[in-house]
Amino acid sequence: MTRFRIAYRNLQRKKTRTLLTFSGIALSAWVLVSLLGFNRGYENALNRDVDNLGYQLMVMAKGCPYEAATMMLQGGTGFRYINETWLDSLRADPEIAGVTPILMQAYFDPNAGENGGIVGYFGVEAASFPAMKPFLRFHQGGWFGNGNAAEAVMGFEAAELEQRKVGDRILVPERNVELTVVGILERTGTQDDGIIFVPLRKLQEIAGTDKITTVGIKVKHDGDTAALERRLYQLPDVQVVSFSQVKQTIMKLISTARVMVLAIATIALLIAMAGVANTILMSVLERLPEIGVLKTMGAMPGDLFALVWMETLILCAGGGIAGIGLSFALARATAAWVRRILPYAPRGGLVEIDLGMAGATLAVIVGVGLISGLLPAWKAARVRPLDSIRSIN
Amino acid sequence: MEGRPSATIGLNSEHQLTTEAEIVLEARDLTRTYRRGNEEVHAVNGVSLTVRRGEFISCTGPSGSGKTTLLNLLGCLDNPNAGELTLAGRGIFGQGNNLSERRLTRIRRELFGYVFQNFHLIPTLTVRENVLLPLAFYRKPGLDGEADKLLTQLGLGHRLHHLPGQISGGEMQRVAIARALVNRPQILLADEPTGNLDSKRTDEIGEVLRELNRNAGLTLIMVTHNPRIAGLAGRIVEMRDGRIYEG
Repeated sequence: MTRFRIAYRNLQRKKTRTLLTFSGIALSAWVLVSLLGFNRGYENALNRDVDNLGYQLMVMAKGCPYEAATMMLQGGTGFRYINETWLDSLRADPEIAGVTPILMQAYFDPNAGENGGIVGYFGVEAASFPAMKPFLRFHQGGWFGNGNAAEAVMGFEAAELEQRKVGDRILVPERNVELTVVGILERTGTQDDGIIFVPLRKLQEIAGTDKITTVGIKVKHDGDTAALERRLYQLPDVQVVSFSQVKQTIMKLISTARVMVLAIATIALLIAMAGVANTILMSVLERLPEIGVLKTMGAMPGDLFALVWMETLILCAGGGIAGIGLSFALARATAAWVRRILPYAPRGGLVEIDLGMAGATLAVIVGVGLISGLLPAWKAARVRPLDSIRSIN
Repeated sequence: MEGRPSATIGLNSEHQLTTEAEIVLEARDLTRTYRRGNEEVHAVNGVSLTVRRGEFISCTGPSGSGKTTLLNLLGCLDNPNAGELTLAGRGIFGQGNNLSERRLTRIRRELFGYVFQNFHLIPTLTVRENVLLPLAFYRKPGLDGEADKLLTQLGLGHRLHHLPGQISGGEMQRVAIARALVNRPQILLADEPTGNLDSKRTDEIGEVLRELNRNAGLTLIMVTHNPRIAGLAGRIVEMRDGRIYEG
């Protein structure tokens, strides 16, 4: 007959009370693990999404517009250029995983819309640009054949607006150069949807320049983006646009929400533990005469302390394991639910739970539970057998 | 069908009545007083008692006469205000020294088994597990199989895996007796062991206690109101107003 069995059987006396306390702990564990899993999953998913932007940094001449909207507002004017010779020095930087040169151009198309409009063109390299944006998928066709081909890949909205399909020929306004549509991208939800991509050399030829407007930079995974940014800012007449800043801003918002949610989870955990303390204390007070009889049998104060603590341990460990099991089982459902209620959720798994996280949570629950079991255990240890026998009589 | 205690209940040689009848318990001028408001109550007032190994003593007397208080002092459940107590040759109380609860527990588990009026079995443990319970906290060597042997001797061999709620009051008290004996105590203290039983079960438990004393040589001190059960003992003492009277 082990003490574990005695403690376990004691918990079975008031089944409903034990079950309710057990459920409270299980729910707390579920909420806690799910929140931790969400925190990790969301951060990882957001990282993946930002990584999928391809390049984390853009370098361009100061004053050069870099967003499609700005290009449209400026009517395709105001571009400033940098030399391609920069590319070699950037490629040699140990923090940089890859670079891609881009030439941005905008031309007025009198046939676009009712009153005409600005059409944005990106001259890109088929060798380096797709690798920077691995998330790009083709609705039709594919990338250009060679760097100087008179071909174009259209963003989804650009193609939809002009009702284009692969094989169609489009005219670059103002320059009267014909290009063959070789690919139409799937919708990405980014500004790429409205862009027409042209081989870099071809667009340089069309624009009559041998320069570029922008360099997209992908930083190595273990690279120090902030340090690289500082270095790039030292270069004369250059502006740096960093997507990591965007990510950091989002993560700051997420962190704020996370602190609030973790605070709620902590309160839920503390309430559950107050339930544990209450359950075990009630159980001890109801059994005072019996605990006294155990002392007449030879149980020392330490034995009774350990026995009551064992009950707390069983309750907390059992409830914790059940809750963690629940969080594993419901991870997908939780992720789907969170995705429905969040205004923005990155792609991929939003709740990532692993055994390390589960173990840490269980340790916290058992640790806090054992602390909450101190008072009942102490009370049991201090029972005087004579008092209990008097209460019997 | 309910089991009956076996005709002969034997423990081990430790409990056999010795011809020399050594003294196992000696109380001298034990006194226990309580304060009730401004009044001082002498629950036990200068009681002296000598108990020899293998004796069966009944302690009778009216309610409030100090029987249970005396049993608590003899069983080291309470410290006296004055007097001396010697157990198996060891001085326990004397010269006004009070022992800590921890020391008293050590003495209790070495020497005593206790049986109470209200059985106090754990309802979620089986009969067998209830008897094994004391061994979870303290176990003298060489006690393998002791619980099953005792339960069989007490006629409960067919009830081993029953819960207390599934057996009669008499059987519950027999389980409590087995629990008290499982660590082979030198002295069994019983406080109103038949107080919650009908007359048939009372006789049954009385018979069990007499068997334990006669055949196993167990030293037994029993507090009871029941004159028929008290009559089973070889020696009867009476408590009145905190004092003991014999003969």
